[in-house]
Amino acid sequence: MTLGVIGKKVGMTQIFDEHGLAVPVTVIKVDETVVTQVKTVDTDGYNAIQVGTVAAKEKHLSKAQLGHFKKNSLSNYRHLQEFRVDNPQDYKVGDKVELSVLDNVEKVDVTGKSIGKGFQGTVKRWNFGRGPMAHGSKNHREPGSIGAGTTPSRVIKGKRMAGNMGNERVTITKLKLVKVDSNNGLVLIKGSVPGCEGRLVTIVPTRTKWN
Amino acid sequence: MNNPVIDELEKEYLKSELPTFNAGDTVKVFVKIVEGNKERIQAFEGTIIKMHGSGLNKTITVRKVFQGVGVERVFLINSPRIDRIEVLRRGDVKRSKLYYLRERSGKATRIKEKIEKK
Repeated sequence: MTLGVIGKKVGMTQIFDEHGLAVPVTVIKVDETVVTQVKTVDTDGYNAIQVGTVAAKEKHLSKAQLGHFKKNSLSNYRHLQEFRVDNPQDYKVGDKVELSVLDNVEKVDVTGKSIGKGFQGTVKRWNFGRGPMAHGSKNHREPGSIGAGTTPSRVIKGKRMAGNMGNERVTITKLKLVKVDSNNGLVLIKGSVPGCEGRLVTIVPTRTKWN
Repeated sequence: MNNPVIDELEKEYLKSELPTFNAGDTVKVFVKIVEGNKERIQAFEGTIIKMHGSGLNKTITVRKVFQGVGVERVFLINSPRIDRIEVLRRGDVKRSKLYYLRERSGKATRIKEKIEKK
């Protein structure tokens, strides 16, 4: 339950560590992030702060959204997100969220929306095996049986079938934080993170406790 | 890379004093090797048969025949593990990838020397 940062995935490259070994990194650009609302147990039933990022033009927002920013005389932001925190009274509306929240952090969890793959069959979506491609076989990429017959005379819930793949919220945990460049607002994370380039991802200090 | 943010980031790691070389050139690559606490420099001499990638990700494949066995090593040329690279001889070749050298041996692997035009 800590504050993190929201950034735009720029792309991947590699840098060299102190031993001279190449490290694959994902570059994430963090824009100005501002606290837009403080929620406490007394007022909202839970402790959280709401932050806004990515500057927006007035025509892109609804009147309700504009009023939310106008109430506290903030500039307009396109993306609003809440972070659950233990001590909301430490934050004030209008405060900037700095990259220093990642100071002394070794590993992070990164959440984003994965790349959409469209409607995919069971072979790609669930790693099903396929049938023989030749020797007269007509069973190439079929899912096979989806259950027993008269009993239970229905398909069991959660049966892995064809459907939409990707474009869902994915969190990758325990990624190594390689470098934080607060001058340029860049965060370098070892390895890949969910989503395509240009999408927003959330970086928080890892919640995983074991190892 | 096309992205200006990544270009800027890579600039810090790019080497400035690298010589220019091409496929067909004979080069000597000096690699830093760490053995325990000691660091020493080992040279690898051979012909460049392949150049791959660009920017920070640029690699060269250097081939030599050692004790009758063909040896190929891929070097990430901007890596700090590479001390320096010397070009010994410029080769005049008509391909960018000299994979055909793998099937040849002895005299057939000779590469014509490039004569610089003035």
